[in-house]
Amino acid sequence: MPRLIIDGQEIEVPKGITVLQACEMLGAEIPRFCFHERLSIAGNCRMCLVEQVGLSKLQPSCALSVDDLRPGNDGSPVKIRTNSRKVREARQGVMQFLLINHPLDCPICDQGGECDLQDQAMAYGVEKSRFHENKRAVEDRDIGPLVKTIMTRCIHCTRCIRFMTEVAGVAELGAIGRGEDMEIVTYLEQGMTSELQGNVIDLCPVGALTSRPYAFKARPWELSRTESIDVMDAVGSNIRVDTRGREVMRVLPRLNEGVNEEWISDKTRFSWDGLRLQRLDRPYIRKDGKLFSASWQDAFAAIACCAERTFANRIGAIAGDMASAEEMFAFKDLMVRLGVKSIDCRQDGTSLHPDLGRSTYLFNPTIEGIRHADSLLLIGTNPRLEASILNTRIRKRFLEGGFPIAVAGGVPDSSADLTYDYKYLGSNASLLEDIASGSHEFCCVLEASSHPMIMVGQGALRRPDGRALLVLAAQIAQRFGALSASWNGFSVLHTAASRVAGLDLGLVPYEGGHDVPSMVNAARKGALDLLFLLSADELDMSSLGAAFVVYIGSHGDAGASRADVILPGAAYTEKSGIYVNTEGRVQLAHRAIFPPGEAREDWSILRALSTVLGQTLPYDCLESLQEAMYASAPHLSEFDQIRSESARQVEALAALPVSELDSAPLGSAISDFYLSNPIARASAVMADLSFREKSRREAAGQSDA
Amino acid sequence: MLSDENRIFTNLYGFQSSSLESARKRGAWDETKSVIEKGAEWIIEEMKASGLRGRGGAGFPTGLKWSFMPKAGEGDGRPHYLIVNADESEPGTCKDREILRHDPHLLLEGCLFASFTISAHVCYIYIRGEFIREREALQRAIDESYEARLLGKNSVTGWDLDCYVHHGAGAYICGEETALLESLEGRKGLPRMKPPYPANVGLYGCPTTINNVESIAVVPSILRRGANWFSSLGRVKNSTGSKLFSISGHVNKPCTVEEEMGIVLRELIEKHAGGIRGGWDNLLAVIPGGVSVPCLPAKECWDLSMDFDTLREKHSGLGTAAVMVMDKSTDIVNAIARVSYFYKHESCGQCTPCREGTGWMWRVLKRMVRGEAHEHEIDMLLNVTKEVEGNTICALGDAAAWPVQGLIRHFSHEIRRRIKEYAANPKAEGAVSFPVKR
Amino acid sequence: MSARRLAAVQPNYFSFNEKNIAWAKEQVAKYPIGRGASAIISLMWRAQEQHGGWLPEPAIRYVADFLSMPYIRAFEIATFYTMFHLSPVGRKAHIQVCTSLPCMLRGSDELIGVCKNRIVSEPDILSADSSFSWERVECLGACVNAPMMLIGSDTYEDLTVKKFNELLDHLEADNFPPPGPQNGRHSSEPLGGATTLTTLPAEEKIKRRNADAL
Repeated sequence: MPRLIIDGQEIEVPKGITVLQACEMLGAEIPRFCFHERLSIAGNCRMCLVEQVGLSKLQPSCALSVDDLRPGNDGSPVKIRTNSRKVREARQGVMQFLLINHPLDCPICDQGGECDLQDQAMAYGVEKSRFHENKRAVEDRDIGPLVKTIMTRCIHCTRCIRFMTEVAGVAELGAIGRGEDMEIVTYLEQGMTSELQGNVIDLCPVGALTSRPYAFKARPWELSRTESIDVMDAVGSNIRVDTRGREVMRVLPRLNEGVNEEWISDKTRFSWDGLRLQRLDRPYIRKDGKLFSASWQDAFAAIACCAERTFANRIGAIAGDMASAEEMFAFKDLMVRLGVKSIDCRQDGTSLHPDLGRSTYLFNPTIEGIRHADSLLLIGTNPRLEASILNTRIRKRFLEGGFPIAVAGGVPDSSADLTYDYKYLGSNASLLEDIASGSHEFCCVLEASSHPMIMVGQGALRRPDGRALLVLAAQIAQRFGALSASWNGFSVLHTAASRVAGLDLGLVPYEGGHDVPSMVNAARKGALDLLFLLSADELDMSSLGAAFVVYIGSHGDAGASRADVILPGAAYTEKSGIYVNTEGRVQLAHRAIFPPGEAREDWSILRALSTVLGQTLPYDCLESLQEAMYASAPHLSEFDQIRSESARQVEALAALPVSELDSAPLGSAISDFYLSNPIARASAVMADLSFREKSRREAAGQSDA
Repeated sequence: MLSDENRIFTNLYGFQSSSLESARKRGAWDETKSVIEKGAEWIIEEMKASGLRGRGGAGFPTGLKWSFMPKAGEGDGRPHYLIVNADESEPGTCKDREILRHDPHLLLEGCLFASFTISAHVCYIYIRGEFIREREALQRAIDESYEARLLGKNSVTGWDLDCYVHHGAGAYICGEETALLESLEGRKGLPRMKPPYPANVGLYGCPTTINNVESIAVVPSILRRGANWFSSLGRVKNSTGSKLFSISGHVNKPCTVEEEMGIVLRELIEKHAGGIRGGWDNLLAVIPGGVSVPCLPAKECWDLSMDFDTLREKHSGLGTAAVMVMDKSTDIVNAIARVSYFYKHESCGQCTPCREGTGWMWRVLKRMVRGEAHEHEIDMLLNVTKEVEGNTICALGDAAAWPVQGLIRHFSHEIRRRIKEYAANPKAEGAVSFPVKR
Repeated sequence: MSARRLAAVQPNYFSFNEKNIAWAKEQVAKYPIGRGASAIISLMWRAQEQHGGWLPEPAIRYVADFLSMPYIRAFEIATFYTMFHLSPVGRKAHIQVCTSLPCMLRGSDELIGVCKNRIVSEPDILSADSSFSWERVECLGACVNAPMMLIGSDTYEDLTVKKFNELLDHLEADNFPPPGPQNGRHSSEPLGGATTLTTLPAEEKIKRRNADAL
């Protein structure tokens, strides 16, 4: 381990880190703009210069590896000074250069209050400008509806360019011109297309790239911050919800090395306007085909009236994609008390089942563990759309090299851009049989790898032959050594934030009960009279026949428009709750604001309803509900943990018979990334993005033709 | 004065043909194989003994540079590359042009020796985009050499070398060796941070040596005639051999000429450039080594020895030995402002001090030309140059700072005079009296 | 250098002609496999030559596609390197006057004056009849032949206002005079005759010397 002396203190540091990081280990603060832990090193801002004793030139600490420091002739460690007069003067000089052409329009800048340049100018700048020339003005560019540009403020750190090229994997930003006329642009002002572009707003150390939807909406010091978990996909990105009064003003990422590092997708970041629109803020009852607002009592009475005259075997209960563990637990609890057997959380009809064992429905290698894999087979999934943040990990691993990737379905053809190179094997499910039997050409790649990863998506599992595909995936994993003691490469990619918790809590039909497709079928045929939907909106509502539908949820989406009674619930920012992500990681989201109007937290709605239905649930507060839930599923109390599960379960799965496969091509579970849930569908920003994406696809289709 | 017998560039002016046949008559490609047979170690030792210092401006010993490359057989299987820096773009410098268009075979033979020494089988010659005819001449020479199997596979010289011409498209910064690598890899010419050095991680991540045209072109003569012959030329320590000098500006007969290192400036100008316009009394200042080095006032120039050490002692530099002479008609502030503009124009924009500082220096100087400034701004300007100098990724920041420092060191009285004149009668036409223009 | 912008009016389409496609493939072959991006400058330059001296936007995309590069990377190249002209240049000639210090010391400003008077008042735009355009450029590397300029592929050196005016007369008449020094000297030797290289040794002597030394 290299040793060095920083400001007189000797320290031993791990190999391969930079001097900047070594200084930070000792608590010596090094200012920086261009350096970012997750991006390549540019060394261009020159703010982090330090003095290496013996060298006349100051060294950029961000670019200087401790490995490159040569000890003195007597073997004495290299001395670094971070606060000498020379260093301070150089920092002042660099700060002055950064500021001479910066507009200093902080009072009207959205970055104000959380601006690196502002903070560092206070700490390292001089009080007065010596610059008497005209300042540079730079044209603003339209780079899309999400990122607003005020390019005069740009300090050319190139973080945004490096992020787009390296992490997002879409080379859309670049710096044209040179010298003081260098400008950050997209090609011909084309809007950025990446689903991760919003991260450049966080990365920009100044107010050059700011959030367009949030523009001039709030100041950072007015906002309350609440730590929460994203529910737009099953990754469970850690987020911070910033609120003012009763409104969510913005959503930002929180750091979690195991999950989202510090990135979030644009759907996570920008669909907050959907939290205000299309809201169900009071109960409704349908009369003569029309919905009328009603009191909670009347709504409950209408449900009780229907429930009283319905046999339990003609009642169904479906939990949707964004429900928290607590409300699903209460939902199931109530239904069981009512004697209902048709309970299901798998609204997409996925063939996963808790009886097969937990490791058969988890992303076993974990998101962070993707870096250990040395080959990857994607089955019926487009991870870029289904789990954008997880996709960045695949790309990161891909960039390290030695990571062959093959794609079976999930994307229509080999032209789809997943941000990494892959071999497209086709979309016919039968090719999985070839791989499982060892006759496919990709087998030799899997054979040669020690840590193969078999990733199966809901595009495969929700099909009628989903069970067979799940078994095939397990067989492939077993055959090629993905199920060893040290490595479980069997990975199920979920798309719904609620799904793993639902399976953990056993929200699947009891014996004699219907699963989701069969519930829908029964309702259509008149064999199901009462259907409870807990924020379930992704069903074919037109096929529910004459069933009496009770919808509990937050948004006026598909479920509400079919419902006979609507009980207004809370969106994810308006309730505290537990979510389990695709890896099986248990995470707690905190309530940031209260639900609008008469809407209530979903668990308390279920609690109130239980009384009306004569089956009072035995918990009066969220804590006691959680206690009850932990008693039935203890691992849910282990926050930010992933309980490791035995690969044996997957081996057992592999031993199951494979039924005949469907000939339909393997697709992805998500067709429109921006409109995949009720909140996103209510968001004007998402609608705009979806429209742009569609137009782009059409234009591309035309130019191809 | 160097005798014609000892001159390396015997077709400097193109009085003879640049063809292979003609070059051979002048001694090129002679005994090439015998030199190769002596081995790489011998070549490195000869080069070190010759005392040749890089002719691209920095003056780094060429033999030492070659010795940094992983030795043959000790590498990790990555190919090695030789790159010839023919991106001659610094104002005042026009020596490589003459080699490229009139004596390209000297360069190519040098490429072969250098490549052999550093175990490279591929050499790229990065020539500036504006040298279109020079590029054509060089390509002709390469084609001839391939035809004669001096280059290419199964070479008669005993070392196979593929030599390619690669051209730029107008960016001075690409003369910086790592910017050149970036440009050669198909990107903008933004200098890389060092370490890693090109000898370890260079072109396409492989060990690479980058040499100036003139450094490479003198190699065959050194190896054929011996290190002792070369090191016996030159009049001072640490600066051996002969060197191409380009003498431009206010001399009677501007020219490029090969002379001994350490020749006295007066002798150089009198003998070859026909003296200074209006005589030595009319001399105002000289920039002795390309615009990146600080100017020297007339009083320093009388017995100035043109070598690395002397010029550094004088707070200037030999650079590329591009001598720019300014007589008393020169508006020296404007001249240095023009130099500053050059650096503002050519800054790549990557790192902060240079991107922002070059424009600032130019703008302040532009005001100072008219005297439209405060006296304290002279110190401020000097301070800004110090804040740029040494704090940038590459040496362009230094090169932008030095000429301004030279101006302030030797001519601050002139700036002060203008500031006073302007202050006495601001905004008026002709508030400041400039030197008489021709 | 100031902010460089694409011309407002652009052609719809650009493609290399057959000869240039073959040539471009040769250029790519100079570099190791997978390093075709190295050829971008030479391909763009060829595109500019094919398109009458300026680089239209479709050509930037064409070259990027040819080398499988993102458009933005090609756009960066086109704007970074100043020899790429992003707007049309004079049909007969685009005159690049070197105005760096050595040329300035020997009167390049006066040549600029001629450009302004005879061609068009501003650089980088076309003359009234679209025949000519001019610009100031940084050092072209012929400082001992100052002042000088680059027209097309050729340099015209050792100019004076009178010589430049004569040159323009010729160009207007579609008559390109021989390039190089315009004051009678051969190349970069002192005017009136070289002071060196007057007594060159004979070939045999050189060869004998080399053989002896080795």
